[in-house]
Amino acid sequence: MNPPATQAFIKVRDVSKYFDKFCALDSVSLDIELGQKLVICGPSGSGKSTLIRCINRLERHEAGEIRIDGIVVDDSPTGSAVLRNNVGMVFQQFNLFPHLTILENLMLGPVRARKMAEADARDLAMHYLERVRIPEQFSKYPAQLSGGQQQRVAIARALCMAPKIMLFDEPTSALDPEMIAEVLDVIEELADSGMTMICVTHEMGFARQVADMMLFMDHGKIVEMGSPKTFFTAPESDRCKLFLSQILRH
Amino acid sequence: MQLIQFMQFIMSKFCALMPSSLIRLLGLAGLVSLGGCSGNWGWYVVNPATETGRQNLAFLIDGLYYTIGLSVTAICISICLGLLVALPALSNRRAPKAINRIYVELVRAIPILVLILWVYYGLPQVASLSISVFWAGVLALAISDSAFQAEIFRAGIQSIDRGQYEASHSISLNYRDTMRYVILPQAIKRILPALGNQLVYMLKMSSLVSVIGMQELTRRANELVVTEYRPLEIYTVLVLEYLVVILIVSAGVRWLERRLETN
Repeated sequence: MNPPATQAFIKVRDVSKYFDKFCALDSVSLDIELGQKLVICGPSGSGKSTLIRCINRLERHEAGEIRIDGIVVDDSPTGSAVLRNNVGMVFQQFNLFPHLTILENLMLGPVRARKMAEADARDLAMHYLERVRIPEQFSKYPAQLSGGQQQRVAIARALCMAPKIMLFDEPTSALDPEMIAEVLDVIEELADSGMTMICVTHEMGFARQVADMMLFMDHGKIVEMGSPKTFFTAPESDRCKLFLSQILRH
Repeated sequence: MQLIQFMQFIMSKFCALMPSSLIRLLGLAGLVSLGGCSGNWGWYVVNPATETGRQNLAFLIDGLYYTIGLSVTAICISICLGLLVALPALSNRRAPKAINRIYVELVRAIPILVLILWVYYGLPQVASLSISVFWAGVLALAISDSAFQAEIFRAGIQSIDRGQYEASHSISLNYRDTMRYVILPQAIKRILPALGNQLVYMLKMSSLVSVIGMQELTRRANELVVTEYRPLEIYTVLVLEYLVVILIVSAGVRWLERRLETN
């Protein structure tokens, strides 16, 4: 079933999520088209990570609906299949598999989940390692790599599953300052190549470069949403102004 | 006789390091214990220089085959059983968790000796099947140990960071592949020292299977004591047999740990 062309690729409708009594997402709605680059920012605890974790079903929302490509994301076979085939994710803590080499980290998904032949998976893995510019590290273990290299491996690992959309959950927050640039460069290239992405980050310079839509969240709600130009120069809400003044002060 | 001289020599060296009051106490205890063994030691029963000594030693050492066979078979089964019992404990639902708890609490509460007797004498009546001494022993040891294995596996698996599951989910691995390729390889590396402990424990507990007539190390020593009436010497050999086996196993486990660490 092909959805009408005007329908957004990801549709988030009135999604709410509670951790016990704490409301992490308060009736959030959002549309993302294919090719769009969305950057989400906001203070910690504002629900930005929870939102993208709900899209990837690492968290289960209690109310509302998330559709990808017109299909409801839930625990049903079609719901998990649409996730498997479309969504890749990069985590703050990299979450590489420490007992596997870099190459094995990249090949695991294609070989086990996609049933790809080992030789093909190896070619695919090397292709993406070259794209993130560390093909020479393929035989090492994650612990032997720097943080920036590990995060680039994590990006390559997600790309090996050929996702239509990439979710980044604060991809540079666990990195030493001198390694942030190499990771952001890779993400920027990916954005230039037309990849759809949602990125939670505090790197405002990067956001200005890459985003075609900015989103500011606070207390589980979307407070402000707009193009980077208006977002950075003329934010409407006071909370967003305060946040930007604090984060851009230095 | 050389051995007695050797022992006296060791004692004198030992005494030189001890305060005099302790020496008197030890000397007294030594006299009492020697008094109980009719004056002279009888190492001849296991003297490899004589024909009977050789035969007796061979008889004792042949028990190793059964002790090791019993323990290794039992630990393989108990590891599989333990893993099967541990997995429901990781579920978020209440029923699987309860099954795990009941199994662990129940099995842990049964003394191994009692379980051996029950499996060997009781099970054939319940299930109307004949079970050999070996398999009765294996079954009882494996069941008994599986409760502890389950707890070890549960702790090991729970110690793996949640991010590993999330990363597996995000590259579309299903539950089975996540466990098999991501979680268990890391968990097993962490619980290897505990598994080694369990194997040592199992080797020692296998001596209890002697009560149902398994011809392993302890049973053979008992039988030889009955015919030769030299408990001190024969049981000393028995102690040494267990000591050697277990020290070798411990060294093996440590070697494996080091090997996995360098990877």
